[in-house]
Amino acid sequence: MAEDAQAQKGKLAKGWLNFIDWVDERFPLTETFEFHMSKYYAPKNFNFWYLFGVLSMVVLVIQLLTGIWLTMSYSPSDAFASVEYIMRDVEYGWLLRYLHSTGASAFFVVVYLHMFRGLMYGSYRKPRELLWLVGMAIFAVLIIEGFAGYLLPWGNMSYWAGQVIVSLVGAIPFIGPDLMEWVRGDFLMSDITLNRFFALHVIALPLVLVMLVFVHIVALHHVGSSNPDGIEIKKHKDANGIPLDGIPFHPYYTIGHDVPAIVIFLFVFCVVVFYAPEMGGYFIEKPNFEVANPLKTPEHIAPVWYYTPFYAMLRAATYPLFGVPAKFWGFVVMAGAIVMPAALPWLDRSPVKSMRYKGLLSKITLALFIVTFVILGYLGTIAPSPVSTLAAQIGTAIYFGYFVLMPWYTRIEKTKPVPDRVTMP
Amino acid sequence: MTGSAKMGLGKRGSKTLGLALLVVLLTPLSQAMESEWPMTPMNPDLQNLPSLQNGWRLFTNYCLGCHSLKYQRYERTADDLGVPHDIVLEQLLFSGQKIGEQMTTAMDPEMAKNWFGAPPPDLTMVARLRGVDWLYNYLRTFYLDESRPFGVNNKVFPNVGMPNVLQELQGTQTTGCASAAEENCGELVLLEGSGQYTSEEFDQAVYDIVNFLYYTGEPSRLERHRTGVFVLLFLVILFVFTFLLGREYQKDVKH
Amino acid sequence: MSSSNSDSGAAVGVEPGPASIDKTGFNKQRRYFLIGATSAVAGIGAVGAAVPFVASWFPSAKARALGAPITLDISRLRPGEMLGPIEAWRGQPIFIVSRSADALEILEKDIDDLADPDSDNTDQQPDYARNSWRSKRPEIGIYVGICTHLGCSPKYYGEIQPEPFDADWQGGFFCPCHGSRFDMAGRVAKNLPAPDNLLVPPYRFVSDSVIVIGEDVGTA
Repeated sequence: MAEDAQAQKGKLAKGWLNFIDWVDERFPLTETFEFHMSKYYAPKNFNFWYLFGVLSMVVLVIQLLTGIWLTMSYSPSDAFASVEYIMRDVEYGWLLRYLHSTGASAFFVVVYLHMFRGLMYGSYRKPRELLWLVGMAIFAVLIIEGFAGYLLPWGNMSYWAGQVIVSLVGAIPFIGPDLMEWVRGDFLMSDITLNRFFALHVIALPLVLVMLVFVHIVALHHVGSSNPDGIEIKKHKDANGIPLDGIPFHPYYTIGHDVPAIVIFLFVFCVVVFYAPEMGGYFIEKPNFEVANPLKTPEHIAPVWYYTPFYAMLRAATYPLFGVPAKFWGFVVMAGAIVMPAALPWLDRSPVKSMRYKGLLSKITLALFIVTFVILGYLGTIAPSPVSTLAAQIGTAIYFGYFVLMPWYTRIEKTKPVPDRVTMP
Repeated sequence: MTGSAKMGLGKRGSKTLGLALLVVLLTPLSQAMESEWPMTPMNPDLQNLPSLQNGWRLFTNYCLGCHSLKYQRYERTADDLGVPHDIVLEQLLFSGQKIGEQMTTAMDPEMAKNWFGAPPPDLTMVARLRGVDWLYNYLRTFYLDESRPFGVNNKVFPNVGMPNVLQELQGTQTTGCASAAEENCGELVLLEGSGQYTSEEFDQAVYDIVNFLYYTGEPSRLERHRTGVFVLLFLVILFVFTFLLGREYQKDVKH
Repeated sequence: MSSSNSDSGAAVGVEPGPASIDKTGFNKQRRYFLIGATSAVAGIGAVGAAVPFVASWFPSAKARALGAPITLDISRLRPGEMLGPIEAWRGQPIFIVSRSADALEILEKDIDDLADPDSDNTDQQPDYARNSWRSKRPEIGIYVGICTHLGCSPKYYGEIQPEPFDADWQGGFFCPCHGSRFDMAGRVAKNLPAPDNLLVPPYRFVSDSVIVIGEDVGTA
């Protein structure tokens, strides 16, 4: 009996392998799997900070699925009411909506932490410049995608946040006002504007995003992952060409680390979804429970938390320069702040990659940069006052200073010797 | 952004930053207040069905004439609040409406605009927009003010364009000041015996209305809380398994 | 995922593994048990996660409200006329025909050409409409105006006169999409694309001239 079962099992396994062979002759299935998973050798010294790449993918999947499902019930011509329709009338619509609205914030949480990892361990350094640039492109698209999505509930906050951001375009000298009408397709924010942002949010930008993520991973698997020591594991290979300090990404990272981490992430995520979806007004803002009203601005306008650092920098520009109004400089400062990190591969002149072996100056500037970014984020949420504007101006100077002065302070500081092989945590 | 501000980035930078942080943390407190009125906190309770039912009844009698709940359906409300359908059909529904329909108001918005200056807003999500504390205090702080079109003003929402619809229940309140236009002249004083309800009964009635509006703001709230428990418990179990399996694989990795 | 695990497990000893991997402590039984158990729990999770996505496709409260029973006044309906198609119940076109005595007579005898003259398919009407006029009252017929073939809405041809599609037309409904024909009681003609008679919705008379479509017993 037992032997029969064994034989049966062997037959099944053989049948499966034959099927895989059949596919492999026609499509590089095993080859692709091995290249990206089971024979992709990742440094064995990954730590906590290396989880946020995979978590970004998880959030992307959550957003795509819930987004597609929300689109099934959302209607841009009756936007506000259709969101309430989803929240009340559609079975589990409230869950799909909260998953998506919380997912938007979660996306930025994991992406910011992912980027911070890059800053800390020099993930942008040669040969990963393109990988970093593609990542920055993802970040830029994500910002626009988030903004477009923020308009869709068509609450009063959506409306006026949209009004403010679209008005930024009007700051561009000469063509601004015309460009603004072109973006809105109307003389004010209207259904026409909403409809085009809907198309961007549900089709155009997700397509771009998914393609960029694909390119990001292709680039990553071509150059190999960086690691907390900032050394190239490809320098030391065994007779078979396998890096001595590398372990197969699958299953040792996928199942070994990522899956349990994803479950922990989902737990935290679900705590928010089920018990604090508004997050005290930071994830879903109170004025958005009122339908868009072109005649009434909410008393206090602030973007969602993930834009507030950049918003604070936008508001920090209060001086007209070179005869151009401050409004334009605010736009320049904000756009510049978003794009600035893209230059990192060429700004960092340190002989070492990882913060572990960089000097004190680099450590202090990074810490200062992070603290500044958080404070700017806070300043962006509050109503402007002379004090907060001054603080935002100082913060903006520090933000840009971190980048602009990097070639200088990374060269003059004394670095520590980098080990030959990776060190385990 | 010039070089001089950046010299000695470490210490001077963080000092400035600390100072800025301190100043910034202290400033917003003054902005948070919408009105000077000391708010009495209100704790909604979605398990308290009698309160919700009474709130629904009061809302229908005193509010629905002008304010719709146009995203909320009668049938859903009846089922969630444990009210039999035939009672809803008899007592809470406008004639000609069906139980599956939404709670719209019969008032013509154009006419309402003439009367009140603006059409009365839909209140389905007013508790999420304003907060329950705001509503609870707003409905209790109407007072006589001859300078206003409806003869009443409000402590929480100064110069509001709405009459005190609950006056017959609450009675008449005055500020106790000689001139009503003068702000901050003390407590509101209720004219004894001018309302049908005692002060406690009235507070309870307002509590019920606000509780009901808290419910309509998000009718799935209780279901959300219930579902969450199962999801989180499941994730804990799933974590145990994935963690053990993960550790099993990590054993293979040489340190 | 789990299949690839067994792949890598099977590959032990076949080719040299990476230097950082040492499978000497490998406990096959324990590992495969954990793979199986974790997969099973994750599978339950996947099914649970699918619930909101699947459930959201069922008719929403709005659809159910729009599909609620509707009350109609038919006092102005004259014999031979049809009221409708009206969007009456669940948003579907509803036909309400008033049949003349001639038409009723035809319904009784002209049945050779019909696929299901006695309404043997009980899915197509409530029991009270299993008669030769397929309705509660002989003169009033109420049908869901959706062809049982592929869902077009048939057109009403009430006159007994030659029509382009049938020289010997006795009155009834003709579907322009694929040529199915139904008599004045919604019974389908033989050897045509439509398989079944037109659906009779549940309905009841509140009075002689007022009907409720969508329910046959009710309180209010």
